[in-house]
Amino acid sequence: MHEIVKASKIGPDVFHFEVIAPKIARKRKAGQFVVLRINETGERIPLTIAGADPGQGTITLVFQVVGKTTAALSALKEGDSIQDIAGPLGKPTHIDNFGTTICVGGGIGIAPLYPIAQALKNAGNRVLTVLGARTKDLFIMEEQMRRVSHEVRICTDDGSYGTKGLVTNVLDEWIKELDNKVDFVMAIGPPIMMKFVAKTTLPYGIKTLVSLNSIMVDGTGMCGCCRVSVGGETKFVCVDGPEFDAHKVDFELLMQRLQAYKEQENQAMEIWRSNHEIPA
Amino acid sequence: MSEKERPSKAERMKMPRQPMPEQDPGERARNFKEVPYGYSPETAMLEASRCLECKKPTCMEGCPVGIDIPSFVNLVAEGDFRGAVRKIKETNMLPAICGRVCPQETQCEAKCLLGKKSDPLAIGRLERFCADWERASGQVELPDIKPATGKKVAVVGAGPAGLTVAIDCARAGHHVEIFEALHKPGGVLSYGIPEFRLPKAIVGAEVKNAENMGVQIHYNYVIGKTDTLDELLEDFDAVFLGTGAGLPLFLHIPGENFIGVFSANEYLTRSNLMKAYDFPNYDTPIPRGGCVAVVGGGNVAMDSARTALRLGAEKVMLVYRRSRNEMPARAEEVHHAEEEGVDFHLLTNPKRVIGNEKGWVTGLECIKMELGEPDASGRRRPIPIQGSEFEMAVNTVVIAIGNSPNPLVPQTTPDLKVSKWGNILADEATGRTSKRGVFAGGDIVTGAATVILAMGAGRNAAASINEYLETGEW
Ligand SMILES: Cc1cc2nc3c(=O)[nH]c(=O)nc-3n(C[C@H](O)[C@H](O)[C@H](O)COP(=O)(O)OP(=O)(O)OC[C@H]3O[C@@H](n4cnc5c(N)ncnc54)[C@H](O)[C@@H]3O)c2cc1C
Ligand SMILES: Cc1cc2nc3c(=O)[nH]c(=O)nc-3n(C[C@H](O)[C@H](O)[C@H](O)COP(=O)(O)OP(=O)(O)OC[C@H]3O[C@@H](n4cnc5c(N)ncnc54)[C@H](O)[C@@H]3O)c2cc1C
Ligand code: SF4
Ligand code: SF4
Ligand code: FES
Repeated sequence: MHEIVKASKIGPDVFHFEVIAPKIARKRKAGQFVVLRINETGERIPLTIAGADPGQGTITLVFQVVGKTTAALSALKEGDSIQDIAGPLGKPTHIDNFGTTICVGGGIGIAPLYPIAQALKNAGNRVLTVLGARTKDLFIMEEQMRRVSHEVRICTDDGSYGTKGLVTNVLDEWIKELDNKVDFVMAIGPPIMMKFVAKTTLPYGIKTLVSLNSIMVDGTGMCGCCRVSVGGETKFVCVDGPEFDAHKVDFELLMQRLQAYKEQENQAMEIWRSNHEIPA
Repeated sequence: MSEKERPSKAERMKMPRQPMPEQDPGERARNFKEVPYGYSPETAMLEASRCLECKKPTCMEGCPVGIDIPSFVNLVAEGDFRGAVRKIKETNMLPAICGRVCPQETQCEAKCLLGKKSDPLAIGRLERFCADWERASGQVELPDIKPATGKKVAVVGAGPAGLTVAIDCARAGHHVEIFEALHKPGGVLSYGIPEFRLPKAIVGAEVKNAENMGVQIHYNYVIGKTDTLDELLEDFDAVFLGTGAGLPLFLHIPGENFIGVFSANEYLTRSNLMKAYDFPNYDTPIPRGGCVAVVGGGNVAMDSARTALRLGAEKVMLVYRRSRNEMPARAEEVHHAEEEGVDFHLLTNPKRVIGNEKGWVTGLECIKMELGEPDASGRRRPIPIQGSEFEMAVNTVVIAIGNSPNPLVPQTTPDLKVSKWGNILADEATGRTSKRGVFAGGDIVTGAATVILAMGAGRNAAASINEYLETGEW
């Protein structure tokens, strides 16, 4: 059992939890995730470890409500517990002093991006950050990202905050501005965003990594549910990833496979909604 | 029955093997309840009385853990069920499980003398009966535990190999902790073998016995991630690796990543471990209904096919590239699958998965095979018949062609020697690996095998762990 010691809402449908998991708090590295199961009847879902306090023995989880499990998680309060948390899983991000790096975060992807940006900065990189969301209210963790970045640029689809436009426009301009002197790009967000970031950096030949969010069950390489195609080879996101060379990922396949359970997911969500509410 | 009332040896040879009552195939193919009901005490005694009490009980040679079969069987014949359980448990701590899942027809029962003239003694069914009788009696006896030694043993993986080591080391007075990656114990017994073949309450009860002996189990603890093997060695005097063959193999044919193509591990884990068959009471989804093709011919394939039926499939096709005789599954499972209506496509091999523009499976292209010369495994090699391709319309494809060793521990332990297939190298008799204080056994060493072989390996390893902890010699 893992007690939730802090729970807060940090955006529309986005929640920030601090949960007791001392071993994971000590071990985790940027880029890794946990698989959790709320209770006996729950599903196993992966969430990135967005931060940790080894002293307190807690890990930070930031999640967006998209279906039954994340909804049920959002309804838990401080003092409640999560039955199972396994981790830290996945390969840590390869952190080095690359030079100039651009971190691109979209929507909830900013949460998993944060520990990576932090590690990149600690390793001596110049960390430039592009954050994007559909609209102003959807931004999360902007302050934290500013603290671990040398410079942050912001854009929204509707122009309600920062530049109007997509992260890829901002990214492309920034690369040009820097005369293509960018050594590394890390992008986390919706698959479609990551796909276009990959398209943007490819002509410049900039090494680009993305963190993939395929559906998982065990998270230890046992089931193959999380498989993706990278450079024509089948890889398991949970053990070979979650980060891969953006220029080699088959994003279409990833996006298709994420649709696998739509019908049952909607059914589960409807049942949940019929007698619960997402906290305001 | 007393000895005098026992039928003569000649009469015993003529007695028929007692069938085990089971659910009607039509009914059971749609529910997850256990298929056979087990023997009644009367039937068990009758069946047991068929044993010839051979001077040289060849049956025992067929049992990888060497259960004293004639002794326990004769106790059953006499109605001393408590005594029979005690006898079994001298060598096998998980009889309720082995009685259900051992491939008896190639092990103990294959070597039974009765089988020469008539049907072999139903050793597995009797073993199962004894264990079930004990559990139902509410008085499960724990083995004696030696005084505490102060030594600590870590066991990685709560499958049959790991559980056996844990029990045997606890018996010797050592402090034992199990580290299990998943949220439930049992390994394949929990996530792979379905409820209708091995009720999870039985696995739970066997694990409870281990806990009652003082074994501690840490769940959600992935060695190689949560801790490395070297970190475990800082806290423990010996470590046993029983991490199994959990890495699913795929066919590497086109279309294998379409939605609706599963490894058997995923399909069975969703259904068994996550209880997706009880969706939406349980949250994990799994496809239901439709037409399902299962590729493979082992226990894993039978379990997948029979699970598909129970999930409401209209049609389940089993696609196997060799013939019926080469199927590695337990005879009883093949028989049950056929009875329940699984459609066998033998000498057939998949070539390509067909899907629609949205990425969903719509069909499986197969090719017919014929048997050629025997290959390295001694089985006749299947060869494709040119031009015999045909298509099956399916919405789900389950690939059940085997598993390879789980690489998490070797990957993070550079000085642990593995074979080129990734199996941990360990001495067969002692389970000793290339690393001091580290032992291994079960599927991680042998590749995917059987429950009883994993337990046998666990038993050997535990004996040598106990010896190592006593002498300190490597
Ligand atoms: C390595 C990794 C890290 C992640 N980190 C975060 C994070 O930090 N914050 C966050 O909000 N989300 C994160 N996700 C996504 C998160 O796991 C899903 O949003 C969550 O599982 C949805 O479950 P649900 O029951 O609420 O929704 P559902 O209604 O079940 O599904 C909604 C959508 O979520 C995806 N999904 C469903 N089940 C799973 C599953 N078992 N595993 C993965 N995805 C699934 C599918 O695309 C589905 O269409 C991460 C995913 C991965 C693979
Ligand atoms: C579907 C199916 C049906 C089968 N049917 C039969 C049958 O009828 N009869 C029969 O005799 N055999 C059968 N088998 C084979 C049998 O189940 C296996 O041979 C046996 O379970 C092997 O036992 P094991 O202890 O070596 O490994 P497993 O049972 O695989 O257990 C390994 C355990 O280790 C855990 N683990 C793995 N890596 C780590 C790690 N890094 N850290 C912590 N824990 C870890 C796993 O989660 C798992 O719980 C079947 C197998 C399958 C898949
Ligand atoms: S353990 Fe298996 S092989 Fe041994 S006697 Fe029992 S059923 Fe037969
Ligand atoms: S070989 Fe068969 S008949 Fe002989 S002792 Fe064993 S079980 Fe009994
Ligand atoms: S989630 Fe099962 S193999 Fe990756």
